[in-house]
Amino acid sequence: MFRSLSISPLALLAAVSVAQAQTEIQWWHAMGGELGAKLEEIVAGYNASQSDYKVTPSYKGSYAETMTAAIAAFRAGEQPAIVQVFEVGTGTMMAAEGAVYPVHQLMADMGAPFDPAAFLPAVVGYYTDTQGNMLSMPFNSSTPILYYNKDVFEKAGLDRDTPPKTWEEVEAFSRQIIDAGAAKCGFTTGWISWVQLENFSAWHNQPIGTLENGFGGLETELSVNGPLQARHWANLKDWQDAGIFSYGGPGGGNDAPPKFYAQDCAIYMNSSASRAGVIANAKDFEVGYGMLPHYADTAPQNSIIGGATLWVLQGRPEAEYKAAADFFNYLSSAAVQADWHQFSGYLPITQAAWDLSKDQGFYDANPGADVSIRQMTLNAPTQNSKGLRFGNYVQIRAIIDEEFQALLAGQKDAQTALDDLVTRGNALIRGFEAANK
Amino acid sequence: MKRTIFGNQLLPWLLLAPQLAITAVFFLWPAGQAVWQSFLRQDAFGLKTSFVGLTNYAALLGDAKYLNAVQVTVVFSIAVAALSMGVALMLALAVDRGLRGARAYTTLLVWPYAVAPAVAGVMWWFLFNPTIGILPYALRAVGYDWNHGLQPRDAMTLVVIAASWKQISYNFLFFVAGLQAIPGSLREAAAIDGAGPARRFATITFPLLSPTTFFLLVVNVVYTMFDTFAVIHATTQGGPMQSTTILVYKVFDDGFLGLNLGASGAQSVVLMGIVIVLTVVQFRFIERRVEY
Repeated sequence: MFRSLSISPLALLAAVSVAQAQTEIQWWHAMGGELGAKLEEIVAGYNASQSDYKVTPSYKGSYAETMTAAIAAFRAGEQPAIVQVFEVGTGTMMAAEGAVYPVHQLMADMGAPFDPAAFLPAVVGYYTDTQGNMLSMPFNSSTPILYYNKDVFEKAGLDRDTPPKTWEEVEAFSRQIIDAGAAKCGFTTGWISWVQLENFSAWHNQPIGTLENGFGGLETELSVNGPLQARHWANLKDWQDAGIFSYGGPGGGNDAPPKFYAQDCAIYMNSSASRAGVIANAKDFEVGYGMLPHYADTAPQNSIIGGATLWVLQGRPEAEYKAAADFFNYLSSAAVQADWHQFSGYLPITQAAWDLSKDQGFYDANPGADVSIRQMTLNAPTQNSKGLRFGNYVQIRAIIDEEFQALLAGQKDAQTALDDLVTRGNALIRGFEAANK
Repeated sequence: MKRTIFGNQLLPWLLLAPQLAITAVFFLWPAGQAVWQSFLRQDAFGLKTSFVGLTNYAALLGDAKYLNAVQVTVVFSIAVAALSMGVALMLALAVDRGLRGARAYTTLLVWPYAVAPAVAGVMWWFLFNPTIGILPYALRAVGYDWNHGLQPRDAMTLVVIAASWKQISYNFLFFVAGLQAIPGSLREAAAIDGAGPARRFATITFPLLSPTTFFLLVVNVVYTMFDTFAVIHATTQGGPMQSTTILVYKVFDDGFLGLNLGASGAQSVVLMGIVIVLTVVQFRFIERRVEY
């Protein structure tokens, strides 16, 4: 406004008249860096495509900060119409009836075109209620995959085009790589909680919690301390001690990517949305892609997603909901989705966007880019592999990291760490149940 | 002392009003809200609220992680106070001996105080980063495998160093001023009587510095308990296994990240109690008992 004032009064008038005709809505998001720039580009595309509505994106920091900011704003009556919330906040958002405007209801109330069947079930299943209604609009969903250094594989005498398929192979390949001096460590991973516990359980068709991993109600309990998870964590501890595995830190594991980029570790497991970053940083070697490993005596099921969805908050004027519905319609169109998917490595959320990417030859030109989708849709999701839904899950994620650190520090064995994790996590779930009754 | 007598009863209140208003808006109002919140159980959005009495406080006492935070805070406060005051005193004594270029030296030592805690935290985080930091690299050369991401002892060492580094400047200034206030004649007289430097320090300098030392002790404890949030947030984020989660960090963790406002409110009230006690100690006890 100030700038236009200094240019000419006429421009100011024009700006005011446009602002009056348009409904403006706020979209609070957590996409920084290149993803943030791409998001702004998508919004600019929407704003240019029509003149009735204007979406204003604002970056609010990390996922946790964005969610907290939106909740604080809601309590103060200053909430944005749309907020991006990460998947572990889903339980909290779903329980907040009266604060959120479920997407299926929004689209129906506003008369916007909306076909739930167009979305990939593996993606939206995470965000639907028990009746199958979509509660939030998926935006950036990813799933962990395996990245490996083809050059190091070759140097160690392994086939450069064969990623390890089982954990037994991960161990054997790692030993061979270390013994040959091709790299200092076998593998590292981002997100211990998401990759090495939640996805590990889903991928091996083991329950994460009772009542369908919490989808069935607030009375759920964690059950992630089964024998297979204990075996895996015990192995991770042994492998860490043997130098085969290198821990990348809590949360997202900030120290993990540099280990892979610097060719210290030959194998790296992390989100499919890390693909752009991996390609940008892997300047001196060629990257290969594979699905997550599984134990040889079990069959892989399907992996689950992470990332974030867009939630609509209650308490805004009616016109803003028309704008939100229209924007969601634009956002889920095949062209926008395919563009976002191809740029970022996030999963396409609709079948049409996936098909469009295939038709455009994206997967032929970018081998490995479809590993995530194939892994997600490998088998029809079971009760154990639909996703998870627990209250207070942000804190439970922190507990998973703490118990894993206690394991690596030698304070606890794997079974004790997982048992303690379940006990502490259940206490938080009970607290959430009590607060939301 | 000159006393001002106001003829009008209204005028003194009017003159105080701006300060009272600020205190009410920025302290009493939020503090009152924290107290009220600590008796409630509420979901994140504030949609369902129930009064639960002292349940939140009882839960704190039964929470092993909260008791752990108390313990961590005590260790952290003592370590930071001891390290920052000890180093500052040594530096101040060095300056006080009439070192050449004492002024330049003083200026340089005060510089770190101007660095924002978050920036200081990030800097130490870089220096000590197990993957890319220079200090773990050097430590590895002498056979110590530094990893503050996994070893609680390393993490505590890191936050103590990072928090002390800044505070040394502040303590140093006060110690220099305190030393300058000690009459040189006392020390000279002792020297003539044959007291060596160590004895002069133990029997003259240190006792005469005691008001400064006590003042700094309280200030440092308050600093470590309430102002080191940014340092911890930028370096260890309270980890590993909550080994560097001090009370203030736990308030943030439970309230801001966990959105558990009842527990967070109860913890804030406990912290408020600690501040009140420390302030009373400073004003009533120390100001009176210390010999000037």
